[in-house]
Amino acid sequence: MNLHMPPYSKAPATKMTPKILIQNMNFFYGATQALFDVNLEVPAQQITAFIGPSGCGKSTLLRCLNRLNDLVDGSRLEGQILLDGQDIYRADVDVTDLRTRVGIVFQKVNPFPKTIYQNVAYGPRLQKVNRRATLDDIVEKSLQGAGLWEEVKDRLHASALSLSGGQQQRLCIARALAVNPNVLLMDEPCSALDPISTAKIEELLHTLKEQLTVVIVTHNMQQAARVSDYTGFFLLGELIEYDNTKKIFTNPGDQRTEDYVTGRFG
Amino acid sequence: MIAGLLLLIMANGLGFFWPKALVQLSLNDGTQVLGQMNAKEMIPYSNTPDAPEGKHRIQLKVGNRDLYGLDFRWIDEDAIQARSYPKDAVFVERREWGNFFGKILEVRKGSTVLASGSQSGWNALQPLVHHANEIHETIQHVETDVIGEINYEMEDIRLQLRGLNLTEHPDDQEKHSLNAQLETLQSIYEKEAETLRTLYDSLRDYSVVFIDANGQAQSLPVGQIIRVLHPNQMPWHEKALVYLSNIWMVLSEEPREANTEGGIFPAIFGTIMMVLMMSIAVVPFGILAAIYLNEYAHQGILVRFVRIAVNNLAGVPSIVFGVFGLGFFVYAVGGTLDTLFFPESLPTPTFGTGGLLWASLTLALMTVPVVIVATEEGLSAVPREYREGSLGLGATKLETLLRVVIPCAMPGILTGLILAISRATGEVAPLMLTGVVKLAPSLPLDSYFPFLHIDRKFMHLGFHIYDVGFQSPNVEAAKPMVYVTTLVLVAIVVILNLTAVALRNRMRRKYSGSTV
Repeated sequence: MNLHMPPYSKAPATKMTPKILIQNMNFFYGATQALFDVNLEVPAQQITAFIGPSGCGKSTLLRCLNRLNDLVDGSRLEGQILLDGQDIYRADVDVTDLRTRVGIVFQKVNPFPKTIYQNVAYGPRLQKVNRRATLDDIVEKSLQGAGLWEEVKDRLHASALSLSGGQQQRLCIARALAVNPNVLLMDEPCSALDPISTAKIEELLHTLKEQLTVVIVTHNMQQAARVSDYTGFFLLGELIEYDNTKKIFTNPGDQRTEDYVTGRFG
Repeated sequence: MIAGLLLLIMANGLGFFWPKALVQLSLNDGTQVLGQMNAKEMIPYSNTPDAPEGKHRIQLKVGNRDLYGLDFRWIDEDAIQARSYPKDAVFVERREWGNFFGKILEVRKGSTVLASGSQSGWNALQPLVHHANEIHETIQHVETDVIGEINYEMEDIRLQLRGLNLTEHPDDQEKHSLNAQLETLQSIYEKEAETLRTLYDSLRDYSVVFIDANGQAQSLPVGQIIRVLHPNQMPWHEKALVYLSNIWMVLSEEPREANTEGGIFPAIFGTIMMVLMMSIAVVPFGILAAIYLNEYAHQGILVRFVRIAVNNLAGVPSIVFGVFGLGFFVYAVGGTLDTLFFPESLPTPTFGTGGLLWASLTLALMTVPVVIVATEEGLSAVPREYREGSLGLGATKLETLLRVVIPCAMPGILTGLILAISRATGEVAPLMLTGVVKLAPSLPLDSYFPFLHIDRKFMHLGFHIYDVGFQSPNVEAAKPMVYVTTLVLVAIVVILNLTAVALRNRMRRKYSGSTV
C-alpha cells in the first residue's frame, strides 16, 4: 500500500485506524501544480497538524478533504482520498453529504450576518430539521461543544456579529459541530485571534478530539506542538515529513524539517 | 442649483393655491379692470438717467374668458389712475370658461328675481351653490357607478353575442336569452338616463347675473358654479382653509377643461401604478439575469459580451425603447393576444393598443440594465467566506444563494431598484408611444372584474406636464398647473426613493458589522 511513499513520509507508527487515507495525490490549479504526490494517513480521533511556510499547499490539501476546491475553476485532482475507506472524489459521491461529515472552520472568522441561533441552526435546517425543540437542543449542544453556551445563552437571538472575534470563531466551530461531522478541518483557526481566545480554542480541541478527528493547519509551530498528536511538514507542495508531533519537533528525520521547526527559515 | 430649482417649483406651485386679492384698476381711458395681480416687469428701454428704475407694467389675470376671450392682460402702470380693492368683488370658480371676477347683480329662479344686490345676492347664492354641488355629485354617481355598470354589463353581453356568432353553430336559445338580458338592461338604462336628464335640468333652475368691472352683465346657471368667494373680505384663516381645500382638490379630483383646471388625481394614480408594475416586472428579471451572470455562467467571452451589451442597453435613448415597445409589445404580442383570446371585440383592440401593461414592460426593459449592474455589484461584494462557510456546512449552491448570498446582496439589489424607479418615474417619451393619454376615461383600477385593468390607457404626470404646459390652448392660464404637476411628480420620485433608501439602510444595518 505504501510502495509509492517518499522516504521520509512514512505512516506514523500507530495502531489507530486511519480515518482519512491520501494516496498518490497530485493537485493542480489550472496549469500550476499545487501538491505533489502526497501520501498520508490521518488517524481517527486524533489531532493532526499541517505546518509549513506560506504557499506550501497545506491549506489546499485541507480544502481537498471536503472538496471545497471543487469551486475553483480549472482545479484538478489526481490520486485518491479515502474517507472511511470510500473514495470521496468518485463521481457518485454526494458532495453536500460529504461536507456534513467533514466540517470546516476557516482562518477568516465568518459567521453569517444572522442571529447566533440562526447561525448554529443553519446546518440542521439544511437537513430539513425544523422542529423547534430539536433545533433548540442541537443549538444548545453545539454551543456547549464549542464552549460558548455559558457566554451566549441569554442572547441567542442577538446578531452573531455582535460577538467578539474569539467568540465568533467558537460560534463557527459550534456551527460546524451542529451538523454532527466526524471530521473537523481547521484552517488556521487562531491566526486572527488574541492569545486568550487562542488558548480557549486549543483547550476546546482537546475535548473535541474525544468525539471526532481534527485536522488543523497552522502557521504557529508552538500551537502545532501544543495541540497535535501528529504533524505533517509541507514545503513547496510536497509532504516532507509526517510523524508523531513529538518526533517532528524533537528529532525530525529531514534536515528541512529541522531547519523549519527550529526557525532557521520560514 | 437643484435646491434652487426645487424652490422655484415649490414657490410657484404652492403659491397658486392661495386666494389672491382682487384689485380694481381705473384706467386713463375711463375703463375699469378687475383681476388678480399675476406678474410685474420693467418695460424694456424705459429707464432713463432721471428715472433709472424705469417704468413697469402689470400682468393682470382678468378671467371672464367668455366675455373677453383672454385670461390675461398687460397694463402699463402709467395707464392706471387709481387702484382699489372692492369688498364685494367676487371670485367665481366655474366648471367651464375658467374663473369669473365681478360682482353679484341678482339671483334668479327662471325669470323671477329672488335676491338682488351684492350682499343679499351673496347670501341667497351660498345654499344654491351648495345644493348644485350635491346634484353634481349625484350625477357623477349615476354616470360612473350606475350607468357605468349597466354599460359594462351590456358590453359584456354584446361580446358574448359576438363570440357566439363567431362559433360555427351558434346556440339559438342562448342567443335569445342574451338578447332578452340586453333588452332589460336597455330599459333600465333608459330609466337612469331619464333621471340624469332631470338632474341636469335642475342645474339650470337657478341662475346668477354677475356684472364685470365695466357693468357688463353675464348670466350664469348656478349649476356652472363650483364656488364663490369674497377674497377681499376674507380673513387669513379662511384663506388658509381655502388654500388647503385647493391642495386637496388638485390631488384628489379629475381634470377639467383640457386638463388646465381641476385636479391631477388620475395622473398621480397612473404614475404610481405604472412604477409599481414596472418594479414587479423588472426586479425578478434583473435579479435572475444578474445571478446567472455572476454565479452560474462560465466567465468567458460570451459572458463578457453579454455584460457589454447590458451596459450599452442602459445608454440607448428612451424613445428607441418606446418604438421597440410599440412594435414588439403592442403590435406583435398584443395583436397576437387579441386574435387568440379576444376575437369577439376585434377590430377594436384589447391588448393590441398601448396600455398600462405594455408601458410598464417597456420601462422595465429600459431599466433592467440598471438593476442587473447593481445586483451584480451587490453579489460580488458578498464575501467569499460566507459562500464557503455555507457550502462547508453541506449547503448546495442554490441553498447558499437563497439563504446567505441574496440576503447579503439585498442592499445592492435595492440600490438598483431605486435607480430604476427614479429613471422610470421621470420618463415620458417611451410612454407616449405605449399607452399614455391626455385624458383617460377611467382609472386602471376599479370595482369591475378583474379590478386591475392592465390593458387600459392611463395618465402620467410627466406627460401631463408636457400636455398642460405645451399643448393646451391657454398656456398662460395653465402655468400654475404645470408647476403643481411638476411638484407632485418630484414629490413622488422623492417619496418612492426615500422608501427604498430607508429599506436599504435597514438591510445594511442588519448585514453590516465587522467580521473580526
